[in-house]
Amino acid sequence: MRTGDVVSKILFLCASLSAVIVFLITAFLLREGIKVLTPGFLLGLTWSPHRGLFGIFPTIVGTLCVVAGAVVIATAIGIPSAIFLSEFSPFWVRNIIKSSVEVIVGIPSVVIGFFGLTVLVPFIRNQVGGRGESILAGWIVLAFMILPNLITIAEDSLRAVPRSYREASLALGATKWQTVRNVVLPSASSGIRAALVLGVGRAMGETMAVLMVVGNPETPWIPTGVLDRVRMLTSTIAIEFSYAEWGSTHQHALFAIGVVLFFMVTVLNFIATFVIRRKNIQ
Amino acid sequence: MNEIQREKLVKGLLYAAVGLSIVILPIIVVWVTANGLGAINLEFLTGRPYRFEYGGIYPQIIGSVYLVSLCTLLGGPLGIASAIYLAEYAPDNVVTRTVRFFTETLAGMPSIVIGLFGLQFLVYFLKLKTSLLAGAVSLSFMMLPWTIRASEEAIKVVPQEYREASLAMGATKWQTILRVVLPAAVPGIVTGVLLGMGKAMGETAVVWLTAGSGLEAFVPRTLRSPTGSLPMYIYLLATQGHTAEGMQNAFGASLVLLVMFLAMSVSALLIRNHYLRRLG
Repeated sequence: MRTGDVVSKILFLCASLSAVIVFLITAFLLREGIKVLTPGFLLGLTWSPHRGLFGIFPTIVGTLCVVAGAVVIATAIGIPSAIFLSEFSPFWVRNIIKSSVEVIVGIPSVVIGFFGLTVLVPFIRNQVGGRGESILAGWIVLAFMILPNLITIAEDSLRAVPRSYREASLALGATKWQTVRNVVLPSASSGIRAALVLGVGRAMGETMAVLMVVGNPETPWIPTGVLDRVRMLTSTIAIEFSYAEWGSTHQHALFAIGVVLFFMVTVLNFIATFVIRRKNIQ
Repeated sequence: MNEIQREKLVKGLLYAAVGLSIVILPIIVVWVTANGLGAINLEFLTGRPYRFEYGGIYPQIIGSVYLVSLCTLLGGPLGIASAIYLAEYAPDNVVTRTVRFFTETLAGMPSIVIGLFGLQFLVYFLKLKTSLLAGAVSLSFMMLPWTIRASEEAIKVVPQEYREASLAMGATKWQTILRVVLPAAVPGIVTGVLLGMGKAMGETAVVWLTAGSGLEAFVPRTLRSPTGSLPMYIYLLATQGHTAEGMQNAFGASLVLLVMFLAMSVSALLIRNHYLRRLG
């Protein structure tokens, strides 16, 4: 009996380690970033470390533009894919596609970024115009980065709809597609919404692949078209931390961007897990 | 258009969508292989990088292997232990739900934020310097929630009868978990850990901030040595390389990275498929 108690306590300590890490991340980011985290930082229009100007508003707008487009594209491809996997595919097809999706999740993002940089960017430059490195390139690359997770979560929520719902609808003479549209999709809607919210969070935090195709202008501006170059919150940190002087305002500003990112992503996770999923249970 | 025609149309569209969503895999594999195969030779695989874009990638290959191995050694057992707790012991209360929420939060944490934290906490606060150890520990922060998720799933699918049979024979809960539940869950856990290792291998942002600049010409000798890795090497050459040779080397390194990644992912899926077939 006593060994059992000790074991369960040790296991509990392991399980709480994630919470400890999240706590430490919050503490350390805030400690470094809080000094510069002012309204002027969030709403400032100019980011120019040499002149001591740290305003991330254009970067936030740029990030949101890229993320929004990517999520729309990923939804347009991902939700139908999830419907196909859950409702229309024979077992062996589903097995192959699910396995591929699981492999795609892990394809090194730097390789996808490399592909974007050497194939997609020149293609946009020659066929569409601009410098190639653009919001448009970011949309496409980011959409493919968030697609696998979106498909997996959406498919899980579709499959969680009880079989009896489908059978009842089919027994009433509805076709398969009518059943999916009128019965399965409405029942799974909160799970699908959660998948989209999580997708937005993931898209916001993606770093390498997007960094390589969006151009990252020295002084970001608020984009006016899809061929504009932009900066992402993530890429600003990645590119500048190596030359930001230790202890300088510049460095604190990069940590403050980390805080902003952390905050946005955590709020999205919170919405997905607590608000949307709880509604589903009730 | 009647309902039956509509159904056919919808099915066609769904096929197109699903094709589009997995087409990236063959495209990347073919593109990297076609461009990278020419770079692969013994010299490239066993040599050291010099003058930025020339030479081989031996230190980077070994660096990536070290980073991922050490990260798995740290994150794997902790993740499995957490999963055992969550699947077998955790009561349904506020504490458990909080622990779960934080695990999910960590899983969704942007890698660059984990990198920043690693830089601040491990590299500077704990004075580990930009090193193999700092990189591996930071990577294990990412890997931990993935391992927990996969292992918990694997433990939960072990049929309840297995546990009941063992308990009925007088085994304690811990004996049951150790001798009955875990052996049955091992294939699922191994699959999850291997998939996590594949993802950790390709992770760039975290190692950029914590492990090393990427062009290190030496294999790390101690845990405190800066460590190059394939993803960092690819990033640097792809974005800052100027010569044809640099481009060639970036493709070669991409091919090596992709092969290592696919080896892990595909073996993970083969293990699971084999196991599923045995169950069914």
